[in-house]
Amino acid sequence: MCIVAVMSVGFALLGLLESGPRHGYDLKRSYDQRFGQGRTLHYGQVYSTLARLLKNGLVEVESEPGDGPDRKRYAITSAGVTDVATWLSQAERPEPYLQSTLYTKVVLALLTGRDAADVLDAQRAEHLRLMRELTRRKTGGDLADQLVCDYALFHLEADLRWLELTAARLDQLAGQVTGHAAGQVVGQVHP
Amino acid sequence: MVNSANDPLLAADDLHLSFGSTQALNSASLRVYAGEVLALMGPSGSGKSTLLHCLAGILTPDTGRVTYAGRDLSAMSDSERSALRRTEFGFVFQFGQLVPELTCLENVALPLRLAGVGRRQAQGAAAGWLARLEVADVAQKRPGQASGGQGQRVAVARALVSRPRVIFADEPTGALDSLNGERVMQLFIAAARDTGAAVVLVTHEPRVAAYSGREAVVRDGRVREQEYAL
Amino acid sequence: MSAPVAARARWGSELALGVRLSVAGGRSGWVRLAMISLGVGLGVAMLFLAATLPAVTAVRDARVTARTVDPQQSIPRAADTLLTSEIKSEFRGRAIYGQQLQPEGDRAPLPPGVSRRLAPGEMVVSPALGELLASGDGALLRDRWPARIVGTIGPAGLSGPQEYAVYLGTDRLTDTTGHRVRSFGKSWDDGGMSPLLVLLGVVGLVVLLLPVMIFVTTAVRFGGEARDRQLAALRLVGADAAMTRRIAAGETLAGALLGLAVGGLLYLAVGLLLSRFVPPGLSFYPSDFRPVPVLAVLVVVLVPVVAVLVTLSALRRVVVEPLGVVRRSGDRRRRLWWRLVLPVAGLALLYPMRNGLSGQSTGFEYQVMAGVAALLVGVALLLPWVVDAVVRRLGGGSVAWQLAVRRLQLDSGTAVRAVSGIAVSVAGAIALQGLLAAVEAQFSPETGRDTAQFQSDVMLRQPLDPSGSWVRALRSTPGVRAVGPTSSFRAAAAGAAPDADTTLTVGDCDVLRLFARLDSCADGDSFIVTAPGTAALRPGTYAVRERSLPATDPSAQSWTLPAAARTVPAHADPGLDAQSGLMATPGALAGLKRPLADDVYVGVDPSDPDALDRVRNAAAHLDPSVLVWPVDPRSIENALASIRQGLLAGATALLLLIGASMLVNVAEQLRERRRLLAVLVAFGTRRATLTGSVLYQMAIPVALGLGLAVLTGSGLAMVMQALASAPISADWFGIGATSAVAALVVLLTTAASLPLLWRLTRPGGLRSE
Ligand SMILES: Nc1ncnc2c1ncn2[C@@H]1O[C@H](COP(=O)(O)OP(=O)(O)O)[C@@H](O)[C@H]1O
Ligand SMILES: [Mg+2]
Repeated sequence: MCIVAVMSVGFALLGLLESGPRHGYDLKRSYDQRFGQGRTLHYGQVYSTLARLLKNGLVEVESEPGDGPDRKRYAITSAGVTDVATWLSQAERPEPYLQSTLYTKVVLALLTGRDAADVLDAQRAEHLRLMRELTRRKTGGDLADQLVCDYALFHLEADLRWLELTAARLDQLAGQVTGHAAGQVVGQVHP
Repeated sequence: MVNSANDPLLAADDLHLSFGSTQALNSASLRVYAGEVLALMGPSGSGKSTLLHCLAGILTPDTGRVTYAGRDLSAMSDSERSALRRTEFGFVFQFGQLVPELTCLENVALPLRLAGVGRRQAQGAAAGWLARLEVADVAQKRPGQASGGQGQRVAVARALVSRPRVIFADEPTGALDSLNGERVMQLFIAAARDTGAAVVLVTHEPRVAAYSGREAVVRDGRVREQEYAL
Repeated sequence: MSAPVAARARWGSELALGVRLSVAGGRSGWVRLAMISLGVGLGVAMLFLAATLPAVTAVRDARVTARTVDPQQSIPRAADTLLTSEIKSEFRGRAIYGQQLQPEGDRAPLPPGVSRRLAPGEMVVSPALGELLASGDGALLRDRWPARIVGTIGPAGLSGPQEYAVYLGTDRLTDTTGHRVRSFGKSWDDGGMSPLLVLLGVVGLVVLLLPVMIFVTTAVRFGGEARDRQLAALRLVGADAAMTRRIAAGETLAGALLGLAVGGLLYLAVGLLLSRFVPPGLSFYPSDFRPVPVLAVLVVVLVPVVAVLVTLSALRRVVVEPLGVVRRSGDRRRRLWWRLVLPVAGLALLYPMRNGLSGQSTGFEYQVMAGVAALLVGVALLLPWVVDAVVRRLGGGSVAWQLAVRRLQLDSGTAVRAVSGIAVSVAGAIALQGLLAAVEAQFSPETGRDTAQFQSDVMLRQPLDPSGSWVRALRSTPGVRAVGPTSSFRAAAAGAAPDADTTLTVGDCDVLRLFARLDSCADGDSFIVTAPGTAALRPGTYAVRERSLPATDPSAQSWTLPAAARTVPAHADPGLDAQSGLMATPGALAGLKRPLADDVYVGVDPSDPDALDRVRNAAAHLDPSVLVWPVDPRSIENALASIRQGLLAGATALLLLIGASMLVNVAEQLRERRRLLAVLVAFGTRRATLTGSVLYQMAIPVALGLGLAVLTGSGLAMVMQALASAPISADWFGIGATSAVAALVVLLTTAASLPLLWRLTRPGGLRSE
């Protein structure tokens, strides 16, 4: 997740530079405005990222008349433009992390004879709580807020759908997990 | 009758209802408090609509009691329950609820006219609600000439026009795309808040349920109710 | 295989698919097919009946013509001649036809159906009369003709199996009392039926058949909406628009063909019933009961063709799209001008006849038929426009009213189709009622005769001595209270033009009261009888003579009408206007020889139902061919009244038929709106509101249809009255009765739809997701 974040900050800066050369602090301001969403970049992170991009030949520095490091303007190279294009055209690898955790929980509950429905209901309540909060924030916010909240909401909704589906199949799953009528269930799962 | 703040406005106790061999409700209990938005969730066929119809006095349970503002619905006559639905309740369904021959404005005015309000006054109020739900432009069109989203907004306006204390909504966005569904829910919930109406919202869409204050899950005719957080 | 063959094969298979769909559509498919075939069947049966009517009348007429005696022949007596004299008798309301036969040689002809010569004192009777004579009921009748039954009249000599007929052998006819014939059968053309009756028949036919056709076209559309949805489902799996049309046509064809079969069976059943229960005078042999072949073929071919055409034209207005059915009719405004073409044409056709039928050339009946048909069809065409125009302007009112009006505004076609049948039949019925009322008034004006004293008129064929033995015989008949012979002279005022003579009627005071209103009367009085529109006669000297003699006959005697003669107003004569003239009691004749009687008025005990038939018996003994008529012929009026009742019954049957088709439409519509009804009930809508809206939805078009029908019908009635040269008046009874029946039908239909409405508004209807 960390790597992804760093990677995407790099590409985000590259993308911002495509519209024209900028100073470092300009880049930070633009980034915060558009992508910040409560997590602004440190200057240090900006400069370290730019340094890496510089090393890889994706940006170059144009010096302006005057002194000091702040007078450095960064411009994107053609290699940088190609990289941005490649990144945009590549699909992200879906991250099924939540399901695997929850799945583990559900299976564990079943194995230990606990009520797996309770696990799911608790998770649903929690998801809905978060979704209510996001919905409230969305209702008060501007378009950017709405889109970002919706992104989260759709993901949470997908999780919830999975929860419903699992809840509907708990009996089947229990049979398989605890080995009762295993042959029959396995037969259904692997025809 | 005056209710203290903690008394539910509408309560179902231990409802049982079978359609032939299908047990649609199996000891279902539910509380609805004044002004709250309660989501009824659960897989399809679990008994959500049946429970809603029992709460609204459309169906009478085999056993169990439904009380509204302290009055036992099953002790009322059919016409008393009809009168209650006319004056205290509002309804939004998934589709097919607008009278195709009437204009949208007349559709919205219908509950008021049924309650005996004069035509002009009823249509005046209806026009206000159409505007509030951003569909003033379809007022003179028939439902068949309006889009699905507009139709649902008209239906919501109709549910609100008689200023009911409870609005029953059965999959109100079920036939809409997400954008239209979102907008209908936003307008609906905001208007319900303003009029102080409680909403019983049947839905299987979590994003729609997220407009509620609380959810209850129906499974196999039984309700798992979330505690009311004051 | 060539392309056309393949195309034809595809056509066939699509039609067959339609047929299969109609029966494979589950219960609703069967119900629809049953409704269509029953509706078409009813219509077909009526059409077949209409096509049979001319055939039955023709064969009956042919047989009656074959036995008719031609009174215009004047033939010398020969070995092959026969003297005849017609018998028109009646027994307890049953008419009896007969002839006296007196052969004048070996080769005298036999009437049709009679196989042997009759000697005096022998008779042959029709089977029905034979049965009647043999029964206990006919005991009194056995005395009428003291003759031996030697045989039965065969079918060739009877109009129908139930006819009462008798042929009586005699030797008492003379050249003056009998007609001499060489053969039976009519050789002259009597100009056919009276134009008035033709008019009645023509209008009746149009009035009967138009609603039937409208009903058939409505029946074909029964359940059409469900069918449209089925077709939409077929579009979804790839049928194109032309294919759906052929499939629909196939389905209708199945219904129409089945309807033909049903209609044929119904027709046979009705024929069987009719042959049993028709009044004896109209009875027919089973072999007579077959439709005119050309007309039957026309029905068999046209009904399916019309059914398919109607289906296709109905589909034209419906685009069957894969995802449902779109109706195109919505905002189409109906245009007026072409709907006015037919009524105007109808009026134009009838206009030249405004001065009555007399003097119309032959073929006028076609013009009348076309005119009436155009007017009535015009009503059916005008109605949709009227309903549209009126409903468009309706507004306000209760919720029930609003629901109904809006529904009609959106789609008035279904309602109008059903109602146009009502409109046409009611318009026709009112027109006929009006015409009948006028005819009735014309044929049987109130005579004003006082029937307390005398009720029957024995019309002698030969003048007889008023003091003869037969008057005594009548007098001594049990149940007879009074016998009053009258005789008459022709009388010409001295110096007046020879053709300006008048009738001098002689009789007792009691009898004279039949002809004029007398305040007081004693033997020796004489009277001047005045009638409206004629100049009163004056007292003075008159030349009087026997009735049959010319004015210039030398045997005329002179008689003086005394100045003391009172002037009295005449009563109307049955079938004629009031007649002016002179009346005298026998005591006023002052030496004149009293002429022979030509009428004998008989009064009977009203509490003795058989008295009249005993009078007939006594009269028949005197002369079997004597006519016995009622003094005040209410019977004509009764006949017309029963026609009017029949008409009302027919209109009621039609209205019920139409009510049934409206019920089907409403049921279909309610079923289709099951979910909406459930939603409305969820909203707390009262059932009374829903019931009210169903009622309004039927009542509004019916009321409009009736209004239009009353207008057109009354107008048409006035035209008819003008055609019949009858006084023009509105027939409020007919209008009121027909409208009341229509209102009743609407109420019944609504009531009949309520159980379904209540079933559909149970909560289950909400569940259709
Ligand atoms: N009118 C009815 N007749 C027969 N069965 C019914 C009827 N209404 C509901 N049911 C049955 O009752 C159960 C619950 O239905 P419902 O309340 O509509 O479920 P949900 O709204 O949660 O999808 C289902 O099995 C359904 O088939
Ligand atoms: Mg449901």
